[in-house]
Amino acid sequence: MLQTPSQTVGPYFAYGLTPEQYLYDFKSLVGNQLVNPIDQPDAITISGNVIDGQGQVITDAMIEVWDAQNKLFGRFGTGTDPKSRFIFHTIKPGSIDGQAPHLSVIVFMRGQLIHSYTRLYFSDEDELNEKDVVLNAVPQERRQTLIAPKNATGYEFNIYMQGEQETVFFEV
Amino acid sequence: MSDLTYNLFDRKVQPPYLAPDYKSTVLRAPTKPLVVIKQSLSELTGPVFGEMHVGPLDHDLTKNARINGEPLGERIVVHGKVMDENGRPIPHTLIELWQANSAGRYVHKVDQHDAPLDPNFLGTGRVLTDADGKYKFYTIKPGAYPWGNHYNAWRPNHIHFSLFGPNISTRLVTQMYFPGDPLLQYDPLFLAVPPKGRDLLVSQFDLSITEPSFALGYRFDFVLRGTHSTPFENR
Repeated sequence: MLQTPSQTVGPYFAYGLTPEQYLYDFKSLVGNQLVNPIDQPDAITISGNVIDGQGQVITDAMIEVWDAQNKLFGRFGTGTDPKSRFIFHTIKPGSIDGQAPHLSVIVFMRGQLIHSYTRLYFSDEDELNEKDVVLNAVPQERRQTLIAPKNATGYEFNIYMQGEQETVFFEV
Repeated sequence: MSDLTYNLFDRKVQPPYLAPDYKSTVLRAPTKPLVVIKQSLSELTGPVFGEMHVGPLDHDLTKNARINGEPLGERIVVHGKVMDENGRPIPHTLIELWQANSAGRYVHKVDQHDAPLDPNFLGTGRVLTDADGKYKFYTIKPGAYPWGNHYNAWRPNHIHFSLFGPNISTRLVTQMYFPGDPLLQYDPLFLAVPPKGRDLLVSQFDLSITEPSFALGYRFDFVLRGTHSTPFENR
């Protein structure tokens, strides 16, 4: 059988997919707290922008993150933060399947007829990152696009759809 | 790692990233080739959702946002099956959906289309497939609405869907259209799908599930990426 073709998530996904975040009266499936930061002293914040080919911040993207090691999943739209960031509260995963710690990231937005897969790796895992089979499948000059620098509260991960810093997207 | 891997997106039916007639793709489509990676536990294990994620009225958009009456418009019932490419049903998988109301207006705050909101219709719901991969939900037929892509651009009637299947590799976000819609031939989103895939996005009118004196029936099946056991390296 043939796969059902993908179509864009469009500009109006918020009340269907991220209703509580955008203050619609419908219960969200999941939000951006993969863990409750109050209960988890080792919680980290992951935040970033999604940026288009002219360097403009995209305010209607939806980001999903999946931590297979801890079985944690989150979803957040870039339309509510004053800086149009996506923000996730989670814990840093450990290694899984012989790979360096990472989160799977899925990017949806108006203007994407089919979603994009990328990964977030952590800047303080140099040793494991150097051995990681996926990072090593990426041309070295583009590897940094997948490695989120550490900041005061967690990690910053900006997703560039195009341009010199274009994020690496995967055929998964 | 498992040698049971999921098929990649089938480019014979899937739309490309860049489709210039759909203007928003121009600055948002990745330009560099995708990096092919071997599927690992990260790609093959979840997330999984179940009954606890679906509320009692989530499958009935004609009831789940009532305030002082029934929503306006043509009631419809949509049913179908979620399968993989091998035709195997995918049981207990979550479907999320959202749509415009019968006047072609989305509840979303950004939608400025000058058509009325319906106080009794939100336009979003969820449904889980049963043990045979089947699903059914009730809603109001969505209206067409204008958008700014080009002069006199109108989106055909459609319902948005989000599906997970067993893991992130099978993730699908799509739109279901209605048979005979004259706007399909002008819609750059629909036309971005290769000709071989287009019919797969159009539901079929189904008298057998049409409910007498109540709701017209439409059938729409979903086919998510399936597995094959050929070792990845040899493909």
